Amino acid sequence: MISVAWIIVIVVVILLLIIIGLYNALIRLKNQVQNSWAQIDVQLKRRNDLIPNLVETVKGYAKHEKGVFTEVTKARTAMMQAGSIGEKADASNMLSDTLKSLFAVAENYPDLKANENFLQLQEELSGTENKIAYSRQHYNDMVMKFNTKIQLFPNNIFAGMLNFTETEFFKVAEKEKENPKVKF
Amino acid sequence: MAEKLVNFDEIRNNNLKSLLLFFFFMLIIAGLGLIVGLFWGNLYFGLIIALLFGGVYALIAWFSGANMLLSLTHAKPVTKKEYPYLFHTLEGLALAAGIPTPKAYVIKDSALNAFATGRDPNNSAIAVTTGLLEKMNREELEGVIAHEMSHIRNYDIRAMLIAAVMVGIIVLLSDFMLRSFLWGGGGRRDSNGGNAQIIFIVVGLVLAILAPLIGEMIKLAISRKREYAADAGAAVLTRYPAGLASALRKIAADPDPLVDTANKATAHLFISTPFRKKKGFLVKLFSTHPPIEERIKRLEAM
Repeated sequence: MISVAWIIVIVVVILLLIIIGLYNALIRLKNQVQNSWAQIDVQLKRRNDLIPNLVETVKGYAKHEKGVFTEVTKARTAMMQAGSIGEKADASNMLSDTLKSLFAVAENYPDLKANENFLQLQEELSGTENKIAYSRQHYNDMVMKFNTKIQLFPNNIFAGMLNFTETEFFKVAEKEKENPKVKF
Repeated sequence: MAEKLVNFDEIRNNNLKSLLLFFFFMLIIAGLGLIVGLFWGNLYFGLIIALLFGGVYALIAWFSGANMLLSLTHAKPVTKKEYPYLFHTLEGLALAAGIPTPKAYVIKDSALNAFATGRDPNNSAIAVTTGLLEKMNREELEGVIAHEMSHIRNYDIRAMLIAAVMVGIIVLLSDFMLRSFLWGGGGRRDSNGGNAQIIFIVVGLVLAILAPLIGEMIKLAISRKREYAADAGAAVLTRYPAGLASALRKIAADPDPLVDTANKATAHLFISTPFRKKKGFLVKLFSTHPPIEERIKRLEAM
């Protein structure tokens, strides 16, 4: 005795199950995106923490290079004040540039280059920059998965209703690919 | 390339295979136990002893297997202070893979090799030879570590661990059985037929000899495809397949591939076959890795 009412009930139940499945999958992806963003944040903070020590060490040998120190300090402040993902991406790229200038300057001071502390900091910062790059890569991978999933049909219909919106990528600035200009 | 990120099918496949492997091996153990029981005059006794032994061993091996394998290969845990560059590489690639950082181990050997082991991404370790650390440049080392990281992420290490451990049980049991037969068994004086006894002996001997072979073949069947998958995974993680390709070339040219501490049970864990190259059909059948030239070719085609 399968009446129309039953068919409607079954269809509605199936639809609900699909939506629940989609919702859960999106929640999982969204959490992955947030977690991978948190990883970037950890590395960004680590880099910020390393910089004052680095600046002091280099100042000990290259007091007169005031321009570079100001640039680094300014970029670091901007990094700490950045709010949105876009702002943080820009600030991070800028800070990377200034640090490249700083290390380029350090090349001219052989005593500095032999300093244990400086070498350790250089390795730490280099490792941290790499980790920022890797976590940024992972974050962008997760963002792509998430964005793609909510853009595909028929997910896009439900995604809006369930309040899932596209997330921003952590972009690499075009400028970053140029060589840093060192001013004396 | 980046579309093929974490391959959930790969993971599900591996976990299914792990389960099947365990089941299949318990079956073989049960079979061997039955045969021993036959010889002792009590089927169930033999079966139960074998299953109990197998079960307990499996439990112990599950929890301490990775550590056993690490000490078998003389891998020593190292600190960030001793090997900062290695640690940074491990941490960076773990971030890219979205898994916790594996524990770092170093093997003092001039050969160029590395392996990963553990139960799952939360309990994993990567071991690298000092030779590898010295002779590889940045991109090459990242390629090798990314390859091992892919094994961890795909749960290959779990399947490989189970394989290494299960074959151990089979070899032990069949060894025991062979000795039982040679020493005359449990005195089964059955007037019904000396013939039946001879048949059982033959069956038993055949199984005892076959079992380790079966074990080896199974172990291999799961290795080769995974190596290609791990190579591909490494390319995705580093976005630079040339790094791993270059590393593999160096490894292929290395005349000394770590014969010392590797053995049949651990060979399949390494990134490159740890035995000196031999030619022949049997070697190909039992070789634990796909040929390096083929791996390099696939990487360079990406």
